[in-house]
Amino acid sequence: MIYAILRRFGQMLFVMFGISVIVFLIFFATPGADPAARIAGRNASPEVLEAVRHSFGFDRPLYVQYVTMMEKIFVTGDLTSFVNRGWKVVPAVMDSIPVTLSLVFGAAILWVVVSIIIGIAAAATRGSWLDKLLMALGLLGISMPVYWLGEVMNLITQSRYHDSWAFSWVPPLGYKNFSDDPKGWFLTLVIPWITLSILYIGIYGRVLRAAIIESLQEDYIRTARAKGLSETRILLRHALRTSLIAFVTLFGLDFGALVGGSALLTEVVFGLHGIGKLTYDALQNLDLPMIMATVMYASMFVVIANAVVDFVYILLDPRLRTS
Amino acid sequence: MILSVRDLRVSFRTNDGLVRAIDGVSFDLEESEILGVVGESGSGKTVSLLAVMGLITDPNATIEGSIRYKGRELVGLPARELRRLRGNEIAMIFQDPMTALTPVYTIGWQIAEQIRAHRNISKSKAMERVEELLAEVNFPNPHEAMSRYPHQLSGGMRQRAVIAMALSCNPALLVADEPTTALDVTVQAGILDLVRKLRATHKSAVVFITHDMGVVSELADRVMVMYAGRVVERGSRAELFSDPRHPYTRALLGSIPPLTGEKPRRLPAIPGSPPSLLRLPQGCAFGPRCPVHYEPCEAGKPDLGSGTHAAACFRVAQA
Repeated sequence: MIYAILRRFGQMLFVMFGISVIVFLIFFATPGADPAARIAGRNASPEVLEAVRHSFGFDRPLYVQYVTMMEKIFVTGDLTSFVNRGWKVVPAVMDSIPVTLSLVFGAAILWVVVSIIIGIAAAATRGSWLDKLLMALGLLGISMPVYWLGEVMNLITQSRYHDSWAFSWVPPLGYKNFSDDPKGWFLTLVIPWITLSILYIGIYGRVLRAAIIESLQEDYIRTARAKGLSETRILLRHALRTSLIAFVTLFGLDFGALVGGSALLTEVVFGLHGIGKLTYDALQNLDLPMIMATVMYASMFVVIANAVVDFVYILLDPRLRTS
Repeated sequence: MILSVRDLRVSFRTNDGLVRAIDGVSFDLEESEILGVVGESGSGKTVSLLAVMGLITDPNATIEGSIRYKGRELVGLPARELRRLRGNEIAMIFQDPMTALTPVYTIGWQIAEQIRAHRNISKSKAMERVEELLAEVNFPNPHEAMSRYPHQLSGGMRQRAVIAMALSCNPALLVADEPTTALDVTVQAGILDLVRKLRATHKSAVVFITHDMGVVSELADRVMVMYAGRVVERGSRAELFSDPRHPYTRALLGSIPPLTGEKPRRLPAIPGSPPSLLRLPQGCAFGPRCPVHYEPCEAGKPDLGSGTHAAACFRVAQA
């Protein structure tokens, strides 16, 4: 088991190295484009261009450029945005990470807990009105675009009903640091968490219900019944446990993508300056160093999330421990 | 009398109509007796035993008749009461040991789970019992086997684990649904020895479902032959094998290759195939495939009648 984990960790490092090379090549070795001109931004003076060329080593071989770039991102951290006149890229990313992590972690806890409850309740009562109601609500949740839902949430909690007893606690939009103001951090994030998680609650609830119902057809469920176990125990200990594998797979993909910037729409709607927003702004004004850094960061999280999922697999399914 | 089944009928509503999977099955089982139930696929042998276990969960199924376990009526018993019997007094061994165990828990955990569902004992006491049980079903290294997952064991070993699980609460009645079908012949022999030995030590009555006449002749005290949801012949093993009365039983026995003497060039086969339970033929269900079929067979369904050795056939009644 230790060996399996170590091997997975090695693979993870290898994949991250591969991603960094590919991302680097896309930005800096695309034929016909001058990376220096792009880094320097539009209307850059010849002196700035020369400075960029020198600073990124564009007059030297490609592998030196790669090493220089990685050094600037990971070691010295002095990658500078020329578009935004000397803005340090790495600290900007570092400032955005806690915002996105707070948003996504909170939403993930919410959606995992709620969707497991929904999935179990629907599977246990399959065919009943409760099952149908939950699945219809799930479909509704999946169908609502997050930017629209977010705006509606804002409309209700920030303007229309803000002064009513139900929503007067909702603070104005924006992010508060957890270390400065834990209560404010929590309160500002409650509505974004709910907004972001609704889509995933719908998807995960439906996926889990289907997986549990499939598990309930298995021979070992009949064995469990023949053992005289209660239906609750059969559902939770035997059917749910084996159904969580599909659930975890999905979770790894979604979680990694969200942490890597896919929570953009939620961040924009609620004025949270997270990684998604940072990437979006960088793309708007073609801020190449910033894009490079955020893509590296995002891929890192996707890879880490997938590795964590694989570790959870190993915990969930003993069949993966050997071989 | 451990088990007494009277006029058991199980039917399933389907889109194509009502399927009568079991149509009036009656049998008795004495203490520590082995009853072999023989028949081809779809003859209703498994369904009738699932009904005894209360394991027919299909909402489209209806179960009629009477199943008495030690004098207690099981049909219509509340699920909670039935659960107390299941795994505790009535245990079941399933056909395919590959899929019968939950893949994500160890053998020891799964057996202990059953013990703790019925006995109020500590986890460590349950684990001690598991080790004893695994030793009893001839696991070479019971202590180590407890921490094994199902996928780490061979088919024969898994079936031994399933048997150990079934025996964990000393059931008075053990239902074995083709426990050897999915196994190699050599492994089969071991499992049959085990069932015999356990009958002797635990005094459990055993209902052994199989389609293998060879297994029946080795193991069963009494035999019941099923066809299309009905019992066509029953009798002691000696009676059935030396004096088969129903043409279906005769045909089944005739299709076993003889071990000694001259071998036939072609084994006799039963012509045709089992009827669909949706469209049973008029009269005797075996009629269309029967070599001694005559007019009365189309008029009505033959009764099994009483007596220890009986066959549901008009020819037999006539003789």
